[in-house]
Amino acid sequence: MKHYSAFAVAREALRYHTGWERAWRSPEPKKRYDVIIVGAGGHGLATAYYLGKNYGIQNVAIIEKGWLGGGNTGRNTTIIRSNYLQDPSAAIYEKARSLYEGLSQDLNYNVMFSPRGVMMLAQTQHEIRGYQRTAHANALQGVKTEWITPERVKELVPIINLDGPRYPVLGALWQERGGTARHDAVAWGYARACSAMGMDIIQQCEVTGVRSENGHVVGVDTTKGAIDCDKLGMVVAGHSGQLAEMAGFRLPLEGIALQALVSEPIKPCMDVVVMANTVHGYMSQSDKGEMVIGGGTDGFNNYTQRGSFHHAEETVRALVETFPMISRLKMLRQWGGIVDMTGDRSPLISKTPLGGCFINGGWGTGGFKAIPGSGWGMAQLMATGHSPLTEAFSLDRFKEGRFIDESVAAGVAH
Amino acid sequence: MLTLHCPYCGVNADETELDAGGEAHIKRHGPGSDDNQFHDYLFTRENPKGVHLERWRHAAGCGKWFHAARCTATLEVFGTYPAQVYEPPQDIKDAISAKRPGWSWREFE
Repeated sequence: MKHYSAFAVAREALRYHTGWERAWRSPEPKKRYDVIIVGAGGHGLATAYYLGKNYGIQNVAIIEKGWLGGGNTGRNTTIIRSNYLQDPSAAIYEKARSLYEGLSQDLNYNVMFSPRGVMMLAQTQHEIRGYQRTAHANALQGVKTEWITPERVKELVPIINLDGPRYPVLGALWQERGGTARHDAVAWGYARACSAMGMDIIQQCEVTGVRSENGHVVGVDTTKGAIDCDKLGMVVAGHSGQLAEMAGFRLPLEGIALQALVSEPIKPCMDVVVMANTVHGYMSQSDKGEMVIGGGTDGFNNYTQRGSFHHAEETVRALVETFPMISRLKMLRQWGGIVDMTGDRSPLISKTPLGGCFINGGWGTGGFKAIPGSGWGMAQLMATGHSPLTEAFSLDRFKEGRFIDESVAAGVAH
Repeated sequence: MLTLHCPYCGVNADETELDAGGEAHIKRHGPGSDDNQFHDYLFTRENPKGVHLERWRHAAGCGKWFHAARCTATLEVFGTYPAQVYEPPQDIKDAISAKRPGWSWREFE
């Protein structure tokens, strides 16, 4: 792999950019790998990357049904924060956020991490108490957040309307070191680094079955033939249930649609991420100038990657009151992704009933921000059988009643 | 937008009138059941990519619960039926079979 640098840009400028090479190889699958990861999204690629980097396991294949980063990694609103109430959540999201800070250097790929600050508006008395509690919890967890007044909100976000009749802004939980990153670049950067370590990224290859002997996984059947492995990692977000069924067990999660939309590009007007959980809306401005808007999930099971129009309407209707200037904006694109929701709205990173088979899923509406931490913990779990970062997120927590209840702590918009 | 026929008041209600109630026909396991049964009752769901039997409430209409048979991969609705049954009536099963031959849902087919 050729190193990306300012020097490389200058060198290529002098020879008509003929020297750039493909960022990753697209090989045919080998007969056998030590580890197979199903799903070349952010979480799958990050898992493979840290398996190679932290544990020297480089005989790895990452199998992808479509194209890499084409699922929820390419469909989210790119928000990165770690202001969670529960300790296990704060730990893994803060690990992820801190890894994002150095990710561009680590991967030698610009993921455009922009720590512009994330603000979660309190618009009811209940939210004031909730966010103050979260701010105190974060102080104990070592996550830097603070409770700020409406005046400070207005300073940071001049376009906001503080005293809307239905949704007044009463304060906010502010995480200065949260922000956004370029979602595709995160997948591409990990893919390039994995490929450089000799891992095979096999796209357009669908897993059709999971083979096991004596309760231990031995390989997978795919549309490109059977591939053997010692360990299998399932990192397929919305389709976790289908893959688990192939492996012979069921999961405590359901797939529902979450949608987002972007406006036409406008001049810079808001340089922080604003989330308004009472009204299920959040908004940031991309580097291109588009206002990126996310909303609530549909309430019903759905695999179509498109959401209901009235949910987009509800989101925009509420945001227009808080940000009156966006009422004149045209919306350019709207899309949906399938998020896999667990009973307590926290992820699953766990061993499974099938030996040698691991699951990383159930990230629901909050997966993108967790990618580096999720990969770090999942790699540790797969390589050593135990990870302090992920042990609370095991499958048996539901049976044992050890919920990590973020549905109450974080409202709806994760 | 999703439109479901309310089997009680006969209205073709659109999604904004309805509340989704999740998977239908879940067998209740309460006191005396073992941990696995109770876990499955509370948390494990079919979550199919295909035929899904589910509960809905006509929230902004008659307020009553009913069942719907729907495809989660295409959003196609096969039919709706009243809530007071343990499994879909034969006409609903036939309607599903006509569109999705060989479908199954736990012990029903």
